[in-house]
Amino acid sequence: MTPPLAPPKRKDPLTKTRAPLLPPGARSRTAKGLAAAAAEGRFALQVCAECGAVIYPPRDACPRCLSPRLPFRDVPRDGVLLAETVIAASSDPYFRERLPWRIGTVRLDAGPSIVTHLHGDVREGDRVRLSLNLDKGGQAVAMALPTMPMLHMADDRQWRELTCDPKFRRVLVTDGRGRVGQAMAQALSQAEAAIVFVGIADSWKPFPGEAALRAIARVEIVPLDLTDTVSVGDLAGEIGGRVDIVVNTAEHVRPGGMLERTGLVVAREAIELRYFGLMRLAQSFGPALRARGADGVNSAAAFVNLLSVHALMNWPAYGVFSSAEAACLSAAQSLRAELRPGGIKVVNVFSGPLDTEWYETVPPPKVTPSALAAATVDALRRGLEDVYVGDVAEDVRARLAVNPKALERELGP
Amino acid sequence: MSVKRTAIGPSDLLVLAAAIAQGGIEVIDLTHTLAPDFPTIVLPPEFGQCAPFRIEEISRYDERGPAWYWNNISMGEHTGTHFDAPIHWVSGKDLPDNSVDTIPVANFFAPACVIDVAAQSAANADFVLTIADVEAWERRHGRIPPRSWVLLRTDWSKRTGRDYANLVDDGQHSPGPGAEVCRWLVAERDVHGFGTETIGTDAGQAAHFNPPYPAHHYMHGKGRYGLQCLANLDRLPPTGALIVAAPLKIRKGSGSPLRVLALVARGSVP
Amino acid sequence: MTPSASRMPYDGIVVAAPVTIPYRRYSINSAHWWIGRAIRGVLERSGLRSRDLDGLSVSSFTLGADTAVGLTQHFGLSPRWLDHVPLGGASGIVALRRASRAVQCGDAEFVVCVAGDTNQVDSFRAMISTFSRFAQDAVYPYGSGGPNASFAMIMRNYMQRYGPTRADFGKIAVAQRANALSFPYALMKQPLTLEAYLASRPIAEPIHLFDCVMPCAGAEAFLVCRDDRARDLGLPAARLLSTIERYNAFAEDAIQERGGWPVDVGELYAMAGIGPEQVDFLETYDDYPVISMIQMEDLGFCAKGEGAAFVRGHTLTNDGSFPHNTSGGQLSVGQAGCAGGYLGLVEAVRQLTGAALGTPVPEARIGLVSGFGMITYDRGLASGAALLAGID
Repeated sequence: MTPPLAPPKRKDPLTKTRAPLLPPGARSRTAKGLAAAAAEGRFALQVCAECGAVIYPPRDACPRCLSPRLPFRDVPRDGVLLAETVIAASSDPYFRERLPWRIGTVRLDAGPSIVTHLHGDVREGDRVRLSLNLDKGGQAVAMALPTMPMLHMADDRQWRELTCDPKFRRVLVTDGRGRVGQAMAQALSQAEAAIVFVGIADSWKPFPGEAALRAIARVEIVPLDLTDTVSVGDLAGEIGGRVDIVVNTAEHVRPGGMLERTGLVVAREAIELRYFGLMRLAQSFGPALRARGADGVNSAAAFVNLLSVHALMNWPAYGVFSSAEAACLSAAQSLRAELRPGGIKVVNVFSGPLDTEWYETVPPPKVTPSALAAATVDALRRGLEDVYVGDVAEDVRARLAVNPKALERELGP
Repeated sequence: MSVKRTAIGPSDLLVLAAAIAQGGIEVIDLTHTLAPDFPTIVLPPEFGQCAPFRIEEISRYDERGPAWYWNNISMGEHTGTHFDAPIHWVSGKDLPDNSVDTIPVANFFAPACVIDVAAQSAANADFVLTIADVEAWERRHGRIPPRSWVLLRTDWSKRTGRDYANLVDDGQHSPGPGAEVCRWLVAERDVHGFGTETIGTDAGQAAHFNPPYPAHHYMHGKGRYGLQCLANLDRLPPTGALIVAAPLKIRKGSGSPLRVLALVARGSVP
Repeated sequence: MTPSASRMPYDGIVVAAPVTIPYRRYSINSAHWWIGRAIRGVLERSGLRSRDLDGLSVSSFTLGADTAVGLTQHFGLSPRWLDHVPLGGASGIVALRRASRAVQCGDAEFVVCVAGDTNQVDSFRAMISTFSRFAQDAVYPYGSGGPNASFAMIMRNYMQRYGPTRADFGKIAVAQRANALSFPYALMKQPLTLEAYLASRPIAEPIHLFDCVMPCAGAEAFLVCRDDRARDLGLPAARLLSTIERYNAFAEDAIQERGGWPVDVGELYAMAGIGPEQVDFLETYDDYPVISMIQMEDLGFCAKGEGAAFVRGHTLTNDGSFPHNTSGGQLSVGQAGCAGGYLGLVEAVRQLTGAALGTPVPEARIGLVSGFGMITYDRGLASGAALLAGID
């Protein structure tokens, strides 16, 4: 059984912060197909479109029939751990710092043998369940997990290298004025975050839920206005070195496209808060996050963006909003690359309409703030990079994958 | 207090300048510092919003500009301590010279009558100024001269943050003038404009007055001006201060943040 | 298994002029330098001149952008037959097979087969991190243990399945060290005891320090020609009796328990007209003792799973029963990249021509040399073997 993680001691100021090394990151282009599945928590391998062979390592021709049609498909993830080893000497600097390191060979029920990282609770001969995850460098790796949930399973040392578990980490929720931010603070507190900093802009304005927010265990209210460069910089100066996960909960949802509302005031507010807000957070908190990617149990781990799924394809009924969200998605892609050298994951949580005031005219299904918060915490615990929350988000994603042009038409009037 | 019309010679301005330099005339700053966290007017979110003050560094003796420090700033016309032009309100929209770029510049200088309702405001955040209050003031300080600013001293500027905005779920609660006194000040006293320490020239609950926002309605409807978010009114004498309030020259501007100064003869300051 | 009717015997083909350029742990010299020295060694030993060499086969991992053709200009050679065999532990067998047929068919008269690699600081890490696409995609990111970790799982599975203990593998390593003590070029000069083997630090369980080879720089070479030409030059030579070669065999095995030899081993003996009992010594590819044990099984010296018992029943030393890896093998001499795939072959030619540098195997008439290598993912893909005989 995994020993429970001990709360990290306070940092020894005489000790050098460990540099955020990355595991070997070179991959063939074909093998990067695994990252697409890992990013979403799926287990997908190549499956020959002609003969059905399940293939690993990724190839460009089927070893059974030489077909070049080898799409990645979700496949059963269970198998048997045939052999394991404990690596005590490694030529790679990342692994050298983390030795000893257990790996093993798993024979998947689906066919191939996979060399994989091992969770501490699996032993040679066990039935195991494979998971594809993104490592610190953002590349897909396989890990063998117990088939049944085990106590403190998430505390496993090797597993935690692949996840951004909020447990014992210090999280900044950037906007606590709304229901999403408040639900997020609640969920992160329940996930045993060491501190949940919650940003409040315009502290001179009262807001609903304030008392309940202040009552959440380990919540600390901090002044933070994402539309104000000075405010974001000031807060980063105060707590930037102690924030391990940033969850940007700022929202600016307004109905309407470009023709229905004269002028740019609302669009500018949206861009100011969402796009520039993201950029201010990135510039103020990003450097410290990137430097602290290997800083022990509470190393910096993730930067979470809550995005509308209509960032992926504009929904003209909320057209200006959708385009601001798209700008945020593009910025998140840049940030993902910029934070990768620090082993920091940029997590994009896509959702459809929320069950909040700005979507009151939109029929269900809608996503409740608590469901969004739960999905975010789940994504952090599983080390996911792209998450789709709710039926609308799943629907848009599925339609986009099949035919983007059709989706464009479907979202319009 | 009445002032006789006198001929002014060039040396008189030098006397004024010397008095300012030597302290015989004290210059009092009635302005809050423009800062991102200073409250702005709050409207329901579906309306357009006044942009708060923002400052973005361009360079600070660094790679962005090695020998110089400067910033880009942005804000709404009605951010911080600011001036309201008649064009700001629908009642003044068709008046001549009603925007900040066309207001005759002489109008940026005018004397002030300071009505102290600080005690009443402390007791009641929704204190509403009445004609009777002004008449009581006139009994002590004399009739309000024509083309004077009427400045309402509430000590509201000493409040900060949440106390200053004083928002609850039925809106803002802050003192201001009633509808009748606004009409009366313009019609009967020919005032230059109305100034307050609060976020607007009107009371926090003035949306429910008749007409709504009477200070805006009556002042601007007759081409008069507004000043809000003033500070240091407690340092002004009830009469005798000269207000210098020149807004930025914005084409068709409805108002602007500005530096509001009061010139006060030493010894007249309370 | 009977020999394929179509396989032509290697009549009249011999291997001569065995050359080893003494290994070094690290070298600032390039692979070209090592390979050039080995070719020159063959010329000096054979009395041939550069222009007499009309065939060249090169094996190396560290030539950078160069292949065999670039080396012809580098070394001033003008061969009419050229081969490039970067097959690691199978390089020697494969080069020999191809060169022999070229000579036999008259495409070339004197083929020099050479393998050499340099070992510079950090070059081993660079090599294993990019060894193959599968290694890069699916092995190196898992702890970066290199071949140690891959063989650890093969060894672990083999132990689980067939029951040998670490001491059985230690026996192989200890015997090889005994053989190496008289071999002048071995990098490992200290005697090894079973106790020291068992107590050595873990590298990737169950692999410990003395299960591993030491990467180093070095080169090996030999000459392939007709027996009459060797005789003309006065060159001692060994006859090639038979060979086999096989890739990616038993892909269905979930973990490698056998190389490709079982597919073809019957043919190996049938072509030579002998059985395993007539083999006087065995040179296996020994990057880890476990794979040597698997070769003893797969090459017919004992049944599958009986490798440990077989090892227990022999001294494996040059002066005892079943001499094995008579120069000390890579475990004691060092692993000079592709030259590791030549080491046993070059040593076998020395033993069969009475030119052993260390302890000779008494009355060594027939030697079996085995090659194995290229773990591109989870198993060695290349297997090969050759039977050689001395000329009476």
